[in-house]
Amino acid sequence: MLLLIPLLPFLGFLVNAFFGRRLPKSVSGLVACLAIIGSFVVSVLSVISVVSGTTGFAEATAFDWMSSGDLQIPLRFRLDHLSSLMILVVTGIGSLIHIYSTGYMHEESDPEYARYFSYLNLFAAFMLVLVLGANFPVMFVGWEGVGLCSYLLIGFWFRKKSAADAGKKAFIVNRIGDFGFILGMLLVFVTFGSLDFQEVAAAAAGRAPETAAWGVMTIATLLLFVGATGKSAQIPLFVWLPDAMEGPTPVSALIHAATMVTAGVYMIGRNAVLFEHAPATMAVVAGIGVATALMAGTIGLVQNDIKRVLAYSTVSQLGYMFLAMGVGAFSAGIFHLYTHAFFKALLFLGSGAVIHALAGEQDIRNMGGLKKYLPITYWTFVIGALAIAGFPLLSGFFSKDEILFRTYTAESTPGHTLMWVIAVITSLMTATYMFRLVFLTFHGERRHDAPAPAHPEEEEPVPEADAHGHAAVHGAHAHAAPASGHPVAAHAPAAAAHAGHGHGAGHGHEPHEAPWSMAIPLILLAIGSVVAGYVGIPHALHGSNRIESFLEPSFEAHAAAPRETVGADPAAPAETRPAGEAAGETHADTGTELNLMVFSSVIALIGIGVAAYLWLGKRGTVDAIARSFAPIHRVLLGKYYVDELYDAAIVQPVKTLSTGGLWKGVDAGLIDGTVNGVGLVVSAVSGVLRRTQTGSIRTYAFSLFAGAVAILAYYLFG
Amino acid sequence: MVPLNYYLILSGLLFSIGTAGVFLRRNLITVLLSIEIMLNAVNLTFVAVGRYLGSVDGQIITFFVMTVAAAEAAVGLALVIALFRHRETLSPDAYTSLKW
Repeated sequence: MLLLIPLLPFLGFLVNAFFGRRLPKSVSGLVACLAIIGSFVVSVLSVISVVSGTTGFAEATAFDWMSSGDLQIPLRFRLDHLSSLMILVVTGIGSLIHIYSTGYMHEESDPEYARYFSYLNLFAAFMLVLVLGANFPVMFVGWEGVGLCSYLLIGFWFRKKSAADAGKKAFIVNRIGDFGFILGMLLVFVTFGSLDFQEVAAAAAGRAPETAAWGVMTIATLLLFVGATGKSAQIPLFVWLPDAMEGPTPVSALIHAATMVTAGVYMIGRNAVLFEHAPATMAVVAGIGVATALMAGTIGLVQNDIKRVLAYSTVSQLGYMFLAMGVGAFSAGIFHLYTHAFFKALLFLGSGAVIHALAGEQDIRNMGGLKKYLPITYWTFVIGALAIAGFPLLSGFFSKDEILFRTYTAESTPGHTLMWVIAVITSLMTATYMFRLVFLTFHGERRHDAPAPAHPEEEEPVPEADAHGHAAVHGAHAHAAPASGHPVAAHAPAAAAHAGHGHGAGHGHEPHEAPWSMAIPLILLAIGSVVAGYVGIPHALHGSNRIESFLEPSFEAHAAAPRETVGADPAAPAETRPAGEAAGETHADTGTELNLMVFSSVIALIGIGVAAYLWLGKRGTVDAIARSFAPIHRVLLGKYYVDELYDAAIVQPVKTLSTGGLWKGVDAGLIDGTVNGVGLVVSAVSGVLRRTQTGSIRTYAFSLFAGAVAILAYYLFG
Repeated sequence: MVPLNYYLILSGLLFSIGTAGVFLRRNLITVLLSIEIMLNAVNLTFVAVGRYLGSVDGQIITFFVMTVAAAEAAVGLALVIALFRHRETLSPDAYTSLKW
């Protein structure tokens, strides 16, 4: 039954890939949705049987994939508690996004529509392979597969150059990470003689944690972590994710927010035992995580593209998850992954609804006042924003708080207090930039009818029906437009709205609420964003933190592991084990946790308040701040110039080396030179030699004769 | 009985005359004739050595050579006629276009 979970979306992919061209939209959309929903149903049934079972996991082996000497790699899937949570997230949220996509992509032609859904199904299939894989190579198949689908979907509108480039960028940056993953995988095999996760965990558990600077487990885990930074967009390989927003918005929601980018976090969780035995790596993971969170948060504060803000927010939240992983709070990291999947998918889908309503407009400076036109989108978006900001009693509150608390108490991680401070600052910024989005998009006055410079062709002639509103309108417009800096356009519908006139029925520009296929997923995800956190109510609030006890078995060496040995090993520090921590939560800890909880709630409220003060009221304050910190503002707007830095430090040298060295030097010079040189030498030598071929019979006859004489002389006198 | 050396010296002389004719004469027909002289010089050697060794092999080979020489003469003369029709000359130096 386990095999069915990835197989169903794969069948959906095959149908849409081979017959989609001839199918009408309704059929290809239905096939794709049924495939993923079917997979969801199978997943739920499988998870129920695993949870109610005694072993704690289920396995299914398709066939022996590779078998060579010591290397035995079966194509095996394993469903334990960790992967249970993941497949529910992937198929559940995936189903909602499939349904949403049927509405969002409706303007595509039939073949394009089928192509989109075939990619989406293929992605789901590979993601499930990644999550369910019982050993490194199977996970790697999924890992590469989702990378491929990510490339295909980012470049879905491949006729647009920026989209095609973004796809390539994502693919290439991911390749760098994948290289680390492969090396890590090889090192794990060489060290432990196995690639099965459980066997590796058992073997690692039998060793003492490495304290040496460059132990083999440290190197292996660091290499694996390089893979994770690529897939999960952490420093230094995060640059592809913001660009990935060129893809369709549901894709951003599914792949670049909820599921694929969390693969790195999942992979660390999967190898928790291995990582725990390499404290140096753990410190690096935590440091990279918190640095990424801060950096992406600061960039998110100033970006103007609605999807890019969300993208940086995703990078930032992924940083949180890595921070949690790095301080050994694996279940907290996975918990945040799970709640993040809900509210970030919700936010992306909400932004998709906004973009859909505004016919492709993505610049928040050109939005505003949409609250009244898109009530469902507005309220669901606000719920999502509250959840990510850590507003008390929403899902993000519980998971983020857990991470902050664990960071604060992680005595074994060097510099954990500093990390906690940075994480709190980031949390403040998260609340601020999310509500900046909310206020700029949905509140205030409408600015989106001032024609954006990018879409001049969309300007329409002024409908006659509104001509009477013009005089009043101009005043209102002159009022609204300078804020966004756009030229004042006498655009009647907007003008009518400003001036409080009624609307004619024939306005093509009227923002319209999302169709039901888009609204229902929004509502369901909003509900999820509210309640998803309640599986992890911390002990401090007299909850039982069920998610932690649920996930705990996945982070420990399994049945095969010699548990007694681990316990007896005096070198194994108990404090790095979350199990020990969870059990050892004292009263003092409860007090600390409650205080921290109140503190982070206050932080979230302050963040929202700051956003309200800056963007809900007069805009002047923001501009003034931006002016007085102009250099910082420029750096943030330029995203710390990381792209430019990479371009100058890596892309250009590689280009120069390739063009000047490899192309013009080695290929054109050496290889072509050798081939052409051989030809030239032959032709020059034969140019000389051909003079001996005179065509004169006499000469030929003489050479024959001379030869005969010479041979004769050789035998006679030689 | 005439010693073998006499035959061989005569044969060598004939062969040298033939060779000189092939290289020095400016007429293709004379060149063909010179080739015939060279062939017959060889024939003479075969017969003389055959007689000296008391074997008929030399004479048998001579018959073969004469047959081939007859065919060669026929083909050679035909070629000479064809060449003459083509260029109105029989000097071998006129035919040097058989090259690249």
